[in-house]
Amino acid sequence: MWLINSSIGRKLIMSISGAALVLFLLFHATMNLVAIISEDGYNMICEFLGANWYALVGTVGLAVLVLVHILYAFFITAQNYRARGNKRYAVSTRQQDVEWASKNMLVLGIIIVLGIGLHLFNFWYKMQFTEIMHSAGASINDIAKATDGVYWIKQTFSCPVYVVLYLVWLGALWFHLTHGVWSALHTLGWNNNTWMPRVKCISNIISTLVVLMFVSVVIYYGLASLGCCGSSCCAA
Amino acid sequence: MNLLLVKQEIINLKKMEKTINITLKVWRQAGPKAKGAFETYKLENISTDSSFLEMLDVLNEQLIRERKEPVAFDHDCREGICGMCSLYINGHPHGPDSAVTTCQLHMRKFKDGDTITVEPWRSAAFPVIKDLMVNRNAFDQIIQAGGYVSVNTGGVPDANAIPIPKPVADEAMDAASCIGCGACVAACKNGSAMLFVSAKVSQLALLPQGKVEAARRAKAMVAKMDELGFGNCTNTGACAAECPKSVSLSNIARLNREFICAKLKD
Repeated sequence: MWLINSSIGRKLIMSISGAALVLFLLFHATMNLVAIISEDGYNMICEFLGANWYALVGTVGLAVLVLVHILYAFFITAQNYRARGNKRYAVSTRQQDVEWASKNMLVLGIIIVLGIGLHLFNFWYKMQFTEIMHSAGASINDIAKATDGVYWIKQTFSCPVYVVLYLVWLGALWFHLTHGVWSALHTLGWNNNTWMPRVKCISNIISTLVVLMFVSVVIYYGLASLGCCGSSCCAA
Repeated sequence: MNLLLVKQEIINLKKMEKTINITLKVWRQAGPKAKGAFETYKLENISTDSSFLEMLDVLNEQLIRERKEPVAFDHDCREGICGMCSLYINGHPHGPDSAVTTCQLHMRKFKDGDTITVEPWRSAAFPVIKDLMVNRNAFDQIIQAGGYVSVNTGGVPDANAIPIPKPVADEAMDAASCIGCGACVAACKNGSAMLFVSAKVSQLALLPQGKVEAARRAKAMVAKMDELGFGNCTNTGACAAECPKSVSLSNIARLNREFICAKLKD
């Protein structure tokens, strides 16, 4: 099977799974922005997604994509480590035009995975997972909270430690995407000398857009919890 | 009168000639299985006009005078064409200068009192033979797998009989400038040979004579590259940044295209 046996096949799997995850991030970030514009609107989306069959299918699909992306990353890194041989250079310098992120994708990926773990605990576990358990017959005290996304956002970002952790996580995501997006297109063969700078520029724009949308929600609700701005301040 | 002027000119040039004293840290390894280590040598009065390889010649003459084993290093044409010279100098394949081979690197790039570290290419697919020499036979095997046109091309056709657009011809020529030195593999943190393979695939796939076998070639060369233990490309671009012939990273995108299309057609 060339998708497993050949180096380009393995890269193709990485690029397709990565590109699909970027599309999901774009959807998730856009959805999150609604939480700033309208709390009720955001909760409606949470309720619409909830533990419905299409949301569950999407969740399983996402989990598979993330798993494939992570497993292939470790598989490829192990092969690359072997390919470098036993001896390492005594002197190594940073090459010009080589992005820092491109050489640290695995480290950035590990930070992102840790962040996903935290995020799943903060939100997915308390929302979709609770709904699934409720549907399965488990006794849940306050099931209404499972679709109250804004409540959990406020709850999480009222803690400054979480704000900092999420910002670090999103910083790592930005670095990962600045290389990942253009690299995925390059691996698919959609690049040439003319398009190289354009593809890199598009990649930077997408990465920045996605991360800024996520960051804006963290900052907005973080500041709101301090009473600096936001809905709680305005309501008062 | 003219002779006097020439003599004066030579004297002036000698006065202008700058020399430097350097410390060399060179990787010494008696053989493929031997345990290697760095050895330090002091070199004095090295002309800044000399090339890096000429400086190594001076070192070897010094070692021979001291009845020591000279340093083994690859070299041939010494004009940046053959791709034989290698050397990882101060953290860069072919040294700190850009778009030149080691034989084109001059000592004027270094300062008086500098310590220069010289290492062989480090890659599992390029095992050390001795000191700074590595076995780059893997590249030959990749070429043997498909880096050629196997159809009988006959006599030289009229230039206008096979029209090739200028941008395409330029791209093919740029890809063909790869000298197969292995700097791309040496620079890559993954030990990947994708820039080399992509250049060889591109130079033929872009032209009508090579297009016929493009799919078979891409598959065969990539399969051989994988079989020989080169790493997976992660598009860091270190290969293109260190390539002495400035072979572009976009060749890798072309190879990906050729390979994926060929596999999907199977």
